Amino acid sequence: MVSGTFTSVIVLLIILFLFKEGAGLFNQTPMEKGYVVAVNSSNPVSELSPAQFKDVYDGKIITWKSLGGNSDSIKLFRVDDITSYYTEEQIGSNFEHLGECISKLVQKTPNIIAFFPKEYADSSFKGKTINLKKITAWSFVSEKEWFPTAQPVAQFGVLSLILGTLWVSLAAILFALPLGLATAIYLAEIADSRVRNILKPLIELLAGIPSVVYGFFGLIVIVPMIKNIFHLDVGETALAGSIILGIMALPTIITVSEDALRNTPRAMKEASLALGASKWQTIYKVSIPYSASGITAGAILGIGRAIGETMAVLMCTGNSAIIPHTLLQPVRTIPATIAAELGEAAQGGMHYKALFALGCILFIITFFINLSVELISSRRKGGKNE
Amino acid sequence: MKHPDHVKVRKKKTRNQNLAFVSFGIVSFGIVAILIVILSFIVFHGFKALSWDFITKMPEDGMTKGGIFPAIIGTLYLVTGSMLFAFPIGVMSGIYINEYAKDGYIKRFIQMMTNNLAGVPSIVFGLFGMSLFVNKLKFGDSILAGSLTLGLLALPVVIRTTEEALKAIDNSFRIGSLALGASKWQTTKRVVMPMAFPNVITGLILSIGRVSGETAPILFTVAAYFLPKLPHSIFDQVMALPYHLYVISTSGTNIEASRGMAYGTALVLIILVLIANLLANALRRYFGKKVKMN
Repeated sequence: MVSGTFTSVIVLLIILFLFKEGAGLFNQTPMEKGYVVAVNSSNPVSELSPAQFKDVYDGKIITWKSLGGNSDSIKLFRVDDITSYYTEEQIGSNFEHLGECISKLVQKTPNIIAFFPKEYADSSFKGKTINLKKITAWSFVSEKEWFPTAQPVAQFGVLSLILGTLWVSLAAILFALPLGLATAIYLAEIADSRVRNILKPLIELLAGIPSVVYGFFGLIVIVPMIKNIFHLDVGETALAGSIILGIMALPTIITVSEDALRNTPRAMKEASLALGASKWQTIYKVSIPYSASGITAGAILGIGRAIGETMAVLMCTGNSAIIPHTLLQPVRTIPATIAAELGEAAQGGMHYKALFALGCILFIITFFINLSVELISSRRKGGKNE
Repeated sequence: MKHPDHVKVRKKKTRNQNLAFVSFGIVSFGIVAILIVILSFIVFHGFKALSWDFITKMPEDGMTKGGIFPAIIGTLYLVTGSMLFAFPIGVMSGIYINEYAKDGYIKRFIQMMTNNLAGVPSIVFGLFGMSLFVNKLKFGDSILAGSLTLGLLALPVVIRTTEEALKAIDNSFRIGSLALGASKWQTTKRVVMPMAFPNVITGLILSIGRVSGETAPILFTVAAYFLPKLPHSIFDQVMALPYHLYVISTSGTNIEASRGMAYGTALVLIILVLIANLLANALRRYFGKKVKMN
């Protein structure tokens, strides 16, 4: 009894630990500790998102208008810039007047945005400190920029990672499904048992090769091949990852679809043949429609495998966190991000928690994939009893 | 001819059929060809690196020379550790689900959870292992943490194969034993388990094959880039074959110079996995025949 529930306990523990660590990311501001952002007290802007502040800091946003303020241009002030406004005498040899200077500067410059250590924003500070928006579940999945270690404001937006994962996996299935289905039909309906007994174990062997070996093969053979064929600067692209993932998903698709095809009742096939249909007509008018749900289950299971695959993708896709527009660009997937960055993230820090939150997203995706496969196959069993 | 249309239709029918069958055959053999290309590529290049020294010596000169002995030993430790954990629990779960649990919500729930666990991506196991075993239970990066993580990953495989093995046993054996006055547990232990044993062992071997090639779960729980010494206790880190292959092919100090080592490592890893798969297949076939004959 106890041993029987062990797996359930493990699944619940995985959920508990993943979500506990991942949830720690939310309701925090991703700003460097001990710093504040301040504007002139007449400025209507009172809140910025981390992405907006980063764009201001990098000079990508230059007017207040796009931030909801008036049409003035933005004057960025960092604490190091103080010497271009005040002399050393005014600041004081030990920076004892630095706070006053910043306060004065912010007060007299209406279009300023100042970024400086918190200790200088004491009660006598005349400007208005503004808040950075906290990370929410929504901002986490809808923002595009993933710069978890950026200064001064880290960016935790995983949309590009989610899209990268989906791109690579769907492309892999688009390529693997027709091939896998053809092979499943061949094995289930066409090949004689001697050929089948040779092919089947070999295809199962394909599933046994470790993913890191696939990654190695992809890195050494497929990546240079793509680089040469398409004349690219780098061969590590979404396409390389998709090809490798497609090959890895093949055994799953073939095995599940073949089982489904084999379950077509003999009487149905014989009735079709007796009506004068050819074997091929019987296959695509009777066997395939009958086993459609099983084939769907195989395809979904294949997608699930592809989405969760780590090592092969990590080694072949180039790992740049941008939203891909073609398959010939490098992408970065969720599992590859976790594998590549967790080693460097400080335990308990925001980056660490963000990677666990990514793990949660991955877990949720695969959980729903498994659930839908379960539903599809249980409906099939129910149908058989009727 | 009386019905030229019929002839035309039949001809078209045959042509379509032949076209479809031939192309499906080509695709199927093409997929097997992919397998053969991958295997022969690695065997061909890896064979040059393979030697007695390669599998018995320590790595030297920033992984460009020497052997991969510590990685082989590390993988053996991890496989043994994970099986010591997963095998007993998995077999017990399988027995419980198939022999004891009554059909109903609880059984369905347990089976659903087991299937779900089987579908959890390996990197998520890695995250979980890191947060529970390494950080929470304070095992640190160690053989213990890595083995437990890999064991969890292998658990659904063991449970499923045990279940299948038990399901294949005809109910008349159980009824016969119970009719002779044996208790349920005696029946399970003396009648059902010995008959299911070969298939259960097949499951064990298959999961050994799976575990020895996994990289993502050991990244943050045990694997070390390079260790000059072999581990002394279960709280030591180890090198492992799949991780070794990953690091020397992507981030070594001198990637080009360690290429030969990488091919060799891939070959050793593949040989390990292939042996496990072939052994499992052979056992299944051997015992399959024997059981049928009895």
